[in-house]
Amino acid sequence: MSTTDVKTKKLTMIEGVREAMRLMLKENDDILILGEDVGKNGGVFRATEGLYEEFGEDRVIDTPLAESGIIGNSIGLAVNGFRPIVEIQFLGFIYPAFNQLMTHATRLRQRSMGRYTVPLVVRAPYGVGVRAPEIHSDSVEGLFTHMPGIKVVVPSNAYDAKGLLISSLEDPDPVLFLEPLRCYRSSRTEVPDEKYYIDIGKSSVLKTGEDISVFTWGAMVQDTLKAVKELEKTRNISCEVIDLRTLYPLDKNTISSSVQKTGRAAIVHEAPATGGVSNDVISLINDTSFLYLRAPIQRVTGFDTPVPVYSLEQEYLPSAAKIQAAIERAVDF
Amino acid sequence: MLDQFPIQQVIHQDGHITDEKYKEKISIDKTKDLYYKMLRARLLDKKCVNLQRQGRIGTYVPYEGQEAAQIGSACALDEGDWMFPTYRDHAATLTFGFSMRNLLLNWRGRYEGNVPPEGIHIFPPGIPIASQLLHATGAAWAEKKHGTDRVSLVYFGDGATSEGDFHEALNFGSVFDTPTIFFNQNNGYAISVPMEKQMKSKTIAQKGLGYNIPSVRIDGNDVFAVYFATQEAVERARAGNGPTLIEAVTWRYGAHTTADDASMYRDQKESEIRRQTTDPLLRIERFLKAQSAWEEAWINELESSIMSEIETALEEMESYPDHEFAHLFDHVYDQPTWTIQDQVNEHLAIKRRQTQ
Ligand SMILES: Cc1ncc(C[n+]2csc(CCOP(=O)(O)OP(=O)(O)O)c2C)c(N)n1
Repeated sequence: MSTTDVKTKKLTMIEGVREAMRLMLKENDDILILGEDVGKNGGVFRATEGLYEEFGEDRVIDTPLAESGIIGNSIGLAVNGFRPIVEIQFLGFIYPAFNQLMTHATRLRQRSMGRYTVPLVVRAPYGVGVRAPEIHSDSVEGLFTHMPGIKVVVPSNAYDAKGLLISSLEDPDPVLFLEPLRCYRSSRTEVPDEKYYIDIGKSSVLKTGEDISVFTWGAMVQDTLKAVKELEKTRNISCEVIDLRTLYPLDKNTISSSVQKTGRAAIVHEAPATGGVSNDVISLINDTSFLYLRAPIQRVTGFDTPVPVYSLEQEYLPSAAKIQAAIERAVDF
Repeated sequence: MLDQFPIQQVIHQDGHITDEKYKEKISIDKTKDLYYKMLRARLLDKKCVNLQRQGRIGTYVPYEGQEAAQIGSACALDEGDWMFPTYRDHAATLTFGFSMRNLLLNWRGRYEGNVPPEGIHIFPPGIPIASQLLHATGAAWAEKKHGTDRVSLVYFGDGATSEGDFHEALNFGSVFDTPTIFFNQNNGYAISVPMEKQMKSKTIAQKGLGYNIPSVRIDGNDVFAVYFATQEAVERARAGNGPTLIEAVTWRYGAHTTADDASMYRDQKESEIRRQTTDPLLRIERFLKAQSAWEEAWINELESSIMSEIETALEEMESYPDHEFAHLFDHVYDQPTWTIQDQVNEHLAIKRRQTQ
């Protein structure tokens, strides 16, 4: 996008999220925000700051403290003409609403043969990085990619956040919009003032390379880029880095054509290994590109442990050393 | 609490009107209409139990004994209102305009069985207990925001009141003043668990107090008590005065489902006694007889027209085209994702190979 004719601002990711909500609330009266502390308080991370003042308490709604209640009611609102944006305060507190998502939001379309649909966006901050108490840091995207009927997206910067949230708010199906906590204020990107879309299902090639494709998302994007750049200085390895941005449905074409070019792949994520989305990326590569592979696909992930208390977070998170070792393992195979 | 929430009755089980004030509100025509609807539901229910035994439909959930609760309440709604049934509330959905054929298709394991006629707002039956209460407050909240006077009515059992979603829904309804009727059918049992084991509360109506929701306890086998109480709740909701909790005390005669054996956990003699005493249809029969308005010719004609309606619906259900395998993949998303598309193609290829 050229910056000469488009007005832009340098925004943090959380500002990008807020910009998308403000723009869409202005444009479409059917959009509502529901959640705990999203009104007067502007959200515990300030994602909805100013929106209550601008759009009023009937559209930016402080709900009772009840996740199942919030999502259950939003299903009723969505079926009956509204487009709710639910803020779940932390992804680790979405579990009380699991039933509403799994048995209703994701299934009403099919159960009613298209009569009732649930255009609902559930936003949830997630992941380690803010020294929060236990449970607040869970990274459990795989629980939701396993739910037929919902889409799962994860921006890692302001530009993607705004465009993806706008697309999510125009999607006819439920979308889980994950917001990596470490990305909220870690960097600023140029963001157009106007409306634009990042398509759901489209990844982003952040850096092209020849020897290996490294797939990642969320807060691991910056860590991965850093680790890769360090490695490229010391070794003659050229890495392609791809931010998946959408975890369901995965970007089949970009993933497969990248691997078919490089012949090697690594996947980096914060979530526990078993049942993690990396496994679906591996399956996709297996299905599309097996004969192009020159080395086993590498996974760099969290452990099959609960996401730990914050004093252990650094131990838990995939480190630069691990990412680099995985890349070298593949290249040296 | 039992004193605070006495069971309200309009017609006593022996057929007499409990209070003269109701006399002018009860016409013979209305009585006959309600009786017809209850008889239609009962004959269908009996038929379905038989169809299940013959293997012509899958596991079936009977409601026999609960007709007054479901039909009295359904009749208090108007077109455009929203109904949120459970798996046991097809007497209500049938009365509110759901087609008998689609109702039968539901028990045949077809998605068509969840789809109401165009313009009639009936949700697919709630399966996870109590989860549908929140959709009812949400949909009613939407009506309020749209500025209409439409309401939602949601059915749930005594067991459902133990779930968190029940409490979350009452609280949301109360906080946002949603035009919702929380219609509880207290049939005494949640599968095998009797009310005394489900809760220490003596009534379900009293649970509304905690949420500042007007609540009533009524004889759920008295179709007029149900009809009037629901009408009052609907009027309150339409006038913008928020939700009501109705506890309709009733009884299911049969088992929880056709896969359940009620004699394992309760004495089925109770049901036999109740068929002779508190039965909702018998009560209206006694009332009409007391008014000298019960005519054998009328009832015979009613029965035969209902039976032929059921036979027609059954034929339509049984001659309904088989599921196409594509139905498995349809309507998961507005547009199928590539994973689903790939899976369809692969599935098709293997099927083709098998048939070659
Ligand atoms: C969340 C959930 N847990 C368990 C079940 C299994 N189940 C189906 S019906 C039922 C009992 C429900 O009792 P009640 O709410 O009193 O309604 P009734 O069946 O008597 O109409 C149970 C436990 C379920 N459907 N959903």
